Amino acid sequence: MVLVFIDQNEGTIKKSSFEAAAYGAAIAQQTGKTAEAILLGDTPADADQLGNYGISKVHVVNQASLKTMDAQVYAQVLQEAADTLHAEIIIFSNNTTAKAVAPRLSARMKAGMVSGAIALPDTTNGFTVKKSVFSGKAFAHVNILTDKKIIALNPNAFAVTTSSGSASVHPLECSAVQPAVSVTQVNKVVGEIPLSEASVVVSGGRGLKGPENWGFVTELAGLLGAATACSRPVADIHWRPHHEHVGQTGLAIAPNLYIAIGISGAIQHLAGVNRSKTIVVINKDPEAPFFKAADYGIVGDLFEVMPKIIAEVKRIKGVA
Amino acid sequence: MKILVCISKTPDTTAKIAFEDNNKKFAADGVQWIINPYDEWYALVRAIELKEADASVSIHLITVGGADAEPILRKALALGGDESFRVHLENGDAFQVAAQIAGFAKAGGYDLVLTGKETIDYNGSSIGGMIAELMDVPFLSHATQLNVSGGKATAVREIEGGEETNEAALPLVVSCQKGMAEQRIPNMKGIMGARTKPLKVVDADTTAALTSIERFELPPAKAGVKLVPADQPEELVRLLHEEARVI
Repeated sequence: MVLVFIDQNEGTIKKSSFEAAAYGAAIAQQTGKTAEAILLGDTPADADQLGNYGISKVHVVNQASLKTMDAQVYAQVLQEAADTLHAEIIIFSNNTTAKAVAPRLSARMKAGMVSGAIALPDTTNGFTVKKSVFSGKAFAHVNILTDKKIIALNPNAFAVTTSSGSASVHPLECSAVQPAVSVTQVNKVVGEIPLSEASVVVSGGRGLKGPENWGFVTELAGLLGAATACSRPVADIHWRPHHEHVGQTGLAIAPNLYIAIGISGAIQHLAGVNRSKTIVVINKDPEAPFFKAADYGIVGDLFEVMPKIIAEVKRIKGVA
Repeated sequence: MKILVCISKTPDTTAKIAFEDNNKKFAADGVQWIINPYDEWYALVRAIELKEADASVSIHLITVGGADAEPILRKALALGGDESFRVHLENGDAFQVAAQIAGFAKAGGYDLVLTGKETIDYNGSSIGGMIAELMDVPFLSHATQLNVSGGKATAVREIEGGEETNEAALPLVVSCQKGMAEQRIPNMKGIMGARTKPLKVVDADTTAALTSIERFELPPAKAGVKLVPADQPEELVRLLHEEARVI
């Protein structure tokens, strides 16, 4: 059985978890198994939607200690659940929760793990998973040598297909575990599209000359349903919050479309965005290194170009 | 308090990525090696700051690798740290590497094990969590702040969609990222002193690998940028809408 770990936020299932569900269902089909899901904590309102992604059953372990994410507790509960349900392959979406929990589970179960997977496994000879390495500059094909396997799928890496289906929800009893970590404060960024999951990202750099000009970025992002991001210098001089910084030391993202406005594209920035499927660069410097990594570009003054782009996007989106 | 900082050797961020031996091996010729930036700027520098605030803190560095990893340990010792250890194991997978460090940390009675949030070559984000599990201690992942007092650690860590503050009793494992500390440049005294600081080689245990890298692959070359004249930005929107179909 393929067991997919489902992450939720504010009572709904995360988009990247639906991707993980579809990926798990595809592996189940490929290997002649069934695909089921596991949720920790309260049951989100859209749990039955998992049926549309190929999941037949959703198991829910609800204990007070699971309301916050303690990697030690989660790994222990997930192992017990995986054993009870006879899971052979466990799938995560490769987000901050998975990065805390999946390695613990791997060590606990002695189950080989590939994190950052970007494709279905090749099972013709062994069980080999393609993953992103060298900060998006290469791929590795990693063979999982153990019978039990764990895969953490990168967000936006797997093309989801849905069909109509229904998933039944089942409570699952697991031993209670007391967390050794206490959570004293939680600050959630609400109302924004999470950068790591966004399929379109609009990003700004020092070329915008100051935070007062960020309207170009936020307005275009609003029209495209995109998340906003920025380069490292912009975060360092506090024009934008640090959680928007993409690059080598910030967040690494892989949206379908990345629009870089006034960013030169230093190699450290590229390391965070080079897995984007389509890259658009708007910069006045024709020698900006970003143009070498771009699919589309305009060499020009963004203060002249951006109002026209925004107007044209409004026109095709039918926004007055 | 005894801190163990995990150090990994990675190619420089600007290194050309290429493979040899039928794409089975990273082409290391002419490559500059550095301390994995997350291990150096955040884990190691934060450990040094904790020692600066409390002289009773001792910092040990550990790496798992071949003899070619020793210059990286010396570089790390030049920044700070009292002693260093190299577990002799080449090309270990994440689980093997974590098992060496967990075994060493348990035997050495360390209070705090610090790692970077990931290495910039394998991008696994696995070692810290695996060490914590093998030591059966808490794991505070993706920490952006860390303080220790009275046998207890307080950390601010990134979670999905925000951040939270955690408290837990030592010993524990923390993976470190941006915000934790600022990059430092080693000074001449540090570089000279690093030459004589202990660097001990430890035999690896017999933990078996759970995974193996079969081969590497480079992404297909980009077709090249399609430039749109600056006086026709509408054409860019049309291309994104009709050709790339991304908006």
